[in-house]
Amino acid sequence: MKHEKIESNVFLLIVLTLLTVSVGGLLEIVPLFFQHSTTSPVDYKGNQLNVKPYDPVRLVGRDIYIREGCYNCHSQMIRPFRAETERYGHYSVAGEYIYDHPFQWGSKRTGPDLARVGGRYSDEWHRVHLLNPRDVVPESNMPAFPWLNRPAKGDDIQDRMRALNKVGLHKYSDEEIAAAPEALKGKTELDAVIAYLQGMGLALQNVK
Amino acid sequence: MADFISGFWNMYVMVIVALSLLFCVFVLVSNMTKRESGPVELHGHVWDETLAEYNNPLPRWWMYLFWITIAFAVVYLSIYPGFGKTNQDRGEHAQYEAEMKAANEKYGPIFAKYRGMDLAAVAADPEAKAMGQRMFLTYCAQCHGSAAQGAKGFPNLTDEEWQWGGEPETIKTTILGGRIAMMPPFGPSLGGEGVKDVANYVRSLSGLAHDSLRAQRGAELFQQNCVACHGADAKGGPAMGAPNLTNKIWLYGSSEATIIETITNGRNNRMPQFGEFLGEDKVHLLAAYVVGLSKK
Repeated sequence: MKHEKIESNVFLLIVLTLLTVSVGGLLEIVPLFFQHSTTSPVDYKGNQLNVKPYDPVRLVGRDIYIREGCYNCHSQMIRPFRAETERYGHYSVAGEYIYDHPFQWGSKRTGPDLARVGGRYSDEWHRVHLLNPRDVVPESNMPAFPWLNRPAKGDDIQDRMRALNKVGLHKYSDEEIAAAPEALKGKTELDAVIAYLQGMGLALQNVK
Repeated sequence: MADFISGFWNMYVMVIVALSLLFCVFVLVSNMTKRESGPVELHGHVWDETLAEYNNPLPRWWMYLFWITIAFAVVYLSIYPGFGKTNQDRGEHAQYEAEMKAANEKYGPIFAKYRGMDLAAVAADPEAKAMGQRMFLTYCAQCHGSAAQGAKGFPNLTDEEWQWGGEPETIKTTILGGRIAMMPPFGPSLGGEGVKDVANYVRSLSGLAHDSLRAQRGAELFQQNCVACHGADAKGGPAMGAPNLTNKIWLYGSSEATIIETITNGRNNRMPQFGEFLGEDKVHLLAAYVVGLSKK
């Protein structure tokens, strides 16, 4: 196939261009939709993982995590290298993220990875640390988030849960959706973020 | 990791990979023209009145680069995963296992050596201390501080007070299993005045400024409410994790206002467990490092 022929035939040029740029996606993205380990709560060996959809408080906490831009400095993805697993715990597997919609993998670590931060610190530590990180870690350069100590807004939580039922693998029941505003009563944004953080990565928390 | 829901997807990947490689070969071969002798022809198109283009063959070095990428793909796919289910033993998980195995062979004997030694002996070993410090800075410094100096609500590990006991083995137990400390709130039962009285009594125990009349009333309330955990002599008890109130060491602060806050609302605190995450080998070294820091 001479390039004169392609260059002088717009239709052929379009078809071949589309074909060329789609090969990567066809090979690297499309097959992911048809793997057990990327579409169900199992690890790459097929072991069942204890991963559940976020309860309403964690869901609100997650939205605050996104709102405050935590992902700009914190990743949620432990890579399979010893240097990472020694510090953070078992490396991340795809099945852990099936209810993360969208996922918060991040791409930059100014702060540490948070994929398995759940249970590593006490709630009180998170409280002090979020309000002013220097109170517990004098060397820290993380910004303080003092305004989080205010009531969490959850008036749209039911819509959010219904939306996740539509776009994600979540299956919130009508009862769960009905009970959501009650669960958020009296919670501060700080409570919600801490609940979210404390639930992170528990599926493989203590596995090496 | 190639755990497809059906075998079709393995074939799908293999066929597209093979076809795209073959297509690249075909495009390259069909464009391998040699330069003929004589004048070079022009392409038919002309822009801007005079701008034409010679119909030269594609540069040979440039073609070779494409051949090299094809050769690279073939070599890569014959060594690493990518072509269906082949070479899974060289995938990321296998590489990780190999890395961990090599590290365990290298460091395992060092950990085993210290594991067999008494904690006090490990604490005196300079190499173990260096290892312990590195791990302390990674896993413990966020709460206890990089010099183990602690912070409000997070114990200083370099003083002589041990909420849960300062014996080396006890420290190791604390790190392995974590601790949950709970002081119940006494605000409702004592009332505002009662709390203030007890706070003044508690301050008097360590010789801090206090109202002696209040302290006197507080002493009685202390005997009724607080001795179960803190002991009749207020020296605390490691069994309950109750701190000694007679020394000058305060986890949350010694001001009257802070003590009133503590008594009124109680305190909930916890040390997370590290046993399963770190394993006993590392906890052994960490415990020894903490023993070495302590003044006791």
